[in-house]
Amino acid sequence: MTTIDVPPTKHVGQSLRRKEDPRLITGRATYVDDLALPGMLHASVVRSPEAHAKILSIDASRALARPGVKAVFTGEDMSDLAAPLPMAWAPPGVEVKTPERWPVARGRVVHVGDAVALVIADDKYTAADAVNEVDVEYEPLPVVVDVEAALKDEVIVHESLGTNKAHHWTMGGGGDIEEALANSEVVVERRIVNHRTAGGAMETRGVIAEFRGGQLTVWSSTQVPHLLRLFYAVQMGISEDKVRVIAPEVGGGFGSKLQITAEETMCAWASRKLGRPVKWIETRSENMAVSHHGRDQVDYVRMGATRDGKITAFHANIIQDLGAYFGLLTPMIPELGAFVMTGCYAIPVVQTDITGVITNKFFTDAIRGAGRPEMTHMLEVTIEQLAQELGMDPIEIRRKNFIKADQFPYETPYGITYDSGNYEAALDRALEIVDMDSFRAEQAALREKGILRGVGFSTYTEICGLAPSRAVGPSGFGLGIGLYESALVRVHPTGSVTVFTGASPHGQGHETGFAQIVADRLGTDPSVVEVIHGDTATGPMGLGTYGSRSLAIGGVAAAHAAEKIAEKCRAIVAHNLEANVADVEVVNGKFSLRGDPESGMTLAEVAGCAYIDATKMPDGMEMGLDQTLIYDPSNFVFPFGTHVCVVDVDRETGKVDVVRWVAVDDCGPAVNPMLIDGQVHGGVVHGIGQAIFEQVVYDERGQLVTGTFVDYALPTAADVPSFETDRTETKSPSNSLGVKGIGEAGTIAATPAIVNAVIDALRHEGISYIDMPLTPLRVWQALEEARGRGDGPRDTEQGRALPEQGEGSAGSGPTIPEGGAA
Amino acid sequence: MGATVPLQVTVNGEAHASEVPARMLLVHYLRDELGLTGTHVGCDTSNCGACTCLVNGESAKTCTVLAVQCDGAEITTIEGMAGADGTLHPLQEGFWAEHGLQCGYCTPGMIMAAADLLARRTGDGPITEDEVRHGLEGNLCRCTGYENIVKAVQAAAEATRSVAA
Repeated sequence: MTTIDVPPTKHVGQSLRRKEDPRLITGRATYVDDLALPGMLHASVVRSPEAHAKILSIDASRALARPGVKAVFTGEDMSDLAAPLPMAWAPPGVEVKTPERWPVARGRVVHVGDAVALVIADDKYTAADAVNEVDVEYEPLPVVVDVEAALKDEVIVHESLGTNKAHHWTMGGGGDIEEALANSEVVVERRIVNHRTAGGAMETRGVIAEFRGGQLTVWSSTQVPHLLRLFYAVQMGISEDKVRVIAPEVGGGFGSKLQITAEETMCAWASRKLGRPVKWIETRSENMAVSHHGRDQVDYVRMGATRDGKITAFHANIIQDLGAYFGLLTPMIPELGAFVMTGCYAIPVVQTDITGVITNKFFTDAIRGAGRPEMTHMLEVTIEQLAQELGMDPIEIRRKNFIKADQFPYETPYGITYDSGNYEAALDRALEIVDMDSFRAEQAALREKGILRGVGFSTYTEICGLAPSRAVGPSGFGLGIGLYESALVRVHPTGSVTVFTGASPHGQGHETGFAQIVADRLGTDPSVVEVIHGDTATGPMGLGTYGSRSLAIGGVAAAHAAEKIAEKCRAIVAHNLEANVADVEVVNGKFSLRGDPESGMTLAEVAGCAYIDATKMPDGMEMGLDQTLIYDPSNFVFPFGTHVCVVDVDRETGKVDVVRWVAVDDCGPAVNPMLIDGQVHGGVVHGIGQAIFEQVVYDERGQLVTGTFVDYALPTAADVPSFETDRTETKSPSNSLGVKGIGEAGTIAATPAIVNAVIDALRHEGISYIDMPLTPLRVWQALEEARGRGDGPRDTEQGRALPEQGEGSAGSGPTIPEGGAA
Repeated sequence: MGATVPLQVTVNGEAHASEVPARMLLVHYLRDELGLTGTHVGCDTSNCGACTCLVNGESAKTCTVLAVQCDGAEITTIEGMAGADGTLHPLQEGFWAEHGLQCGYCTPGMIMAAADLLARRTGDGPITEDEVRHGLEGNLCRCTGYENIVKAVQAAAEATRSVAA
């Protein structure tokens, strides 16, 4: 690891107002749907109402007869595509049975919403009308919805694979797990359902593709423009240099736009076919049905410990619901979580078993946290259960098992090296804010009045800063590409600066944070540093924004590129002032001689030499101030922290209110503290959403029940509290800025804190665990069961028969669909 | 698109006379006919509020209003909030200062709904967190966790109050 002499900071560390905001608050930003091209046509997709069926016939004659309809294309029409949609994970030594996914179905549909035909029309109203006039005849096939039912292979989704079991991946470390559990003085076990959720970006997906003169230009609401360009070239069978992808303003992603989507390919193909630009904007109903979902796994966990609370072993057997096809990373998601299976704790023996299972639902893939929220949830609710079993304080049991601050860098039994950490410091700070003694007194007093208050903890660490390319690439973990990041820093002749980054933000604030980093290194002001992102024609190959990677990889790339330019600037200044390069430093917005801040040259003056007057350049030095840099990290980064949730549970209705939230996060030194707080707030509310409000539900026929925001409850402002945020700062040795990542931390930390708080409120009622979502119905059912009435909340609601109207809401247990024995 | 109907509206102070299809949604009229793309479509079911504008001074979710229902109406969109000289509206200033937005997609609707909330207020004390949270529960945001949106609206209310005082 090269250490770089970081100049004194000025803008880094400040809560600078965002450079992005003026266009966003005045309605002047440009999202995909705000663009129109001359001659542009509009696409709408005919989608399957069946979860599993043969397509017997498609008759587009009625649609084609409608004025304004230009074409209707089927999967067969698109048979000249050179490759199917990609899945980018091939772990060495593990077979992953992967169904072929084409943009439009070919002969068979396997989930509700599967594309059956593409309608192209002059305007969007006509396209939407014509979709209803494409007559499709289906022969329904048996459907399998529940993941554990699918594992029995009684109904097979893809006959070509011969099974629904796509893969089994196992990783163990530290010794034999069965032996370690057998030798443990105490073992606690739990089945945990981590249910399916939606990404819920406020802007749905959208794309405009224009194939013109042999060049494909695409505007897409994506997190990964460069990956999209690469896969366009592969699918369309054209050279990559003939493809340009632009991610304009992107209205949120949360992983749901870390995808290579069917509709992107459809539009490009149709534009090539018709010679006109083609636009498709996803409706919210489509977004709920065919933008990938997240989570959805059933976990069987076992934790062993000594009687005095030292954890000896931890095993997770994860049954992952893949859905009917694989997106870019579908089968890989729980594996990413497995890398932090031991969390903050020194657990000597661990094992993760993951079985990927195909069902007749839309596919799951990365949604904010991607595998790490699920793993953290398992660990943090199980350690709470262990504390109860042993009669220990849940805080003390955590402390007892923490990896200590002086043990870093710490190698886990999985061979992962945690870069840095101080878990006790974050916990201590959270406890200072919460004050447990007064909380317990308040809890007791409120209980007297019939108010059930509870507190829950989550002490987490996560793996992010994706990622060291050797570790994750084809010969390592098996991703189809390395996860380095690029930056191009260009000082213009007048001294203003443009930074091109391969990261592709959608709300994170890169234009501000990266400008702060670069400005400090070049002795200039962030107001004259413009950060350009999301256009494959402007900068080098980039990998995009996800996995809390942008700052720790892309920001560091920008820093290093700026430092290289600063080095050149110092040489130019030394040449002009007849000084030693070593004596030139960046101080107060200037390249000055050490000890003489009045001396020196501004960046604009240096740029004047570099671009205009060659006689002022050192002999042999190239003109210009322009630096491209690819940064590949030496290790991941591991942010951590403690989140504390306080809830009130209504004894009669089961309604859970989050009344207080304390978050102490450590993501290393802050570039812009305001942006960090914003990420924590949003991340936690995403977690509150999953824990209390949100669930994607399919019924036993594979029908999507939660197809709009009427049926899928995102938290509102009135549903969540204000947050008490604080930070500790532990530098990462993985990069020269010492930074980690914060985009997913809140979501990773949140859900177990809520479940633990609800259980703390209800334990005296005889309740020891409830699976999420903690909706009033499910909590009420748990309360009723504890009072000797009813069967309690269902384990999983996927694939159950929904009650007929008027039948009441109790329903029956999970149902194997009819025809299950076929 | 079917039969057209005459429509006269004033948008951000400018009068428009158009012929629009009877079924055209107001949000599409604003975006596609007038080019005011600051108003966004988020959910199609009037849950998210990204399309919120002021129609005759009251907030309306324009994805579930037909353009022809607004014949004769005065409409204000996000593009009409800043002064002619570019001076930001106190709400725009508040959202910027308090980091009340991330991806920005919900922001125009959020600002318009907040404008309605502040205009409707009868009390003259500082607006409470609870008032803002309940007042904006018809507008969804996935990025911010709402905390800084609440602060932004409170800051704008305070700025307006101190100007008025």
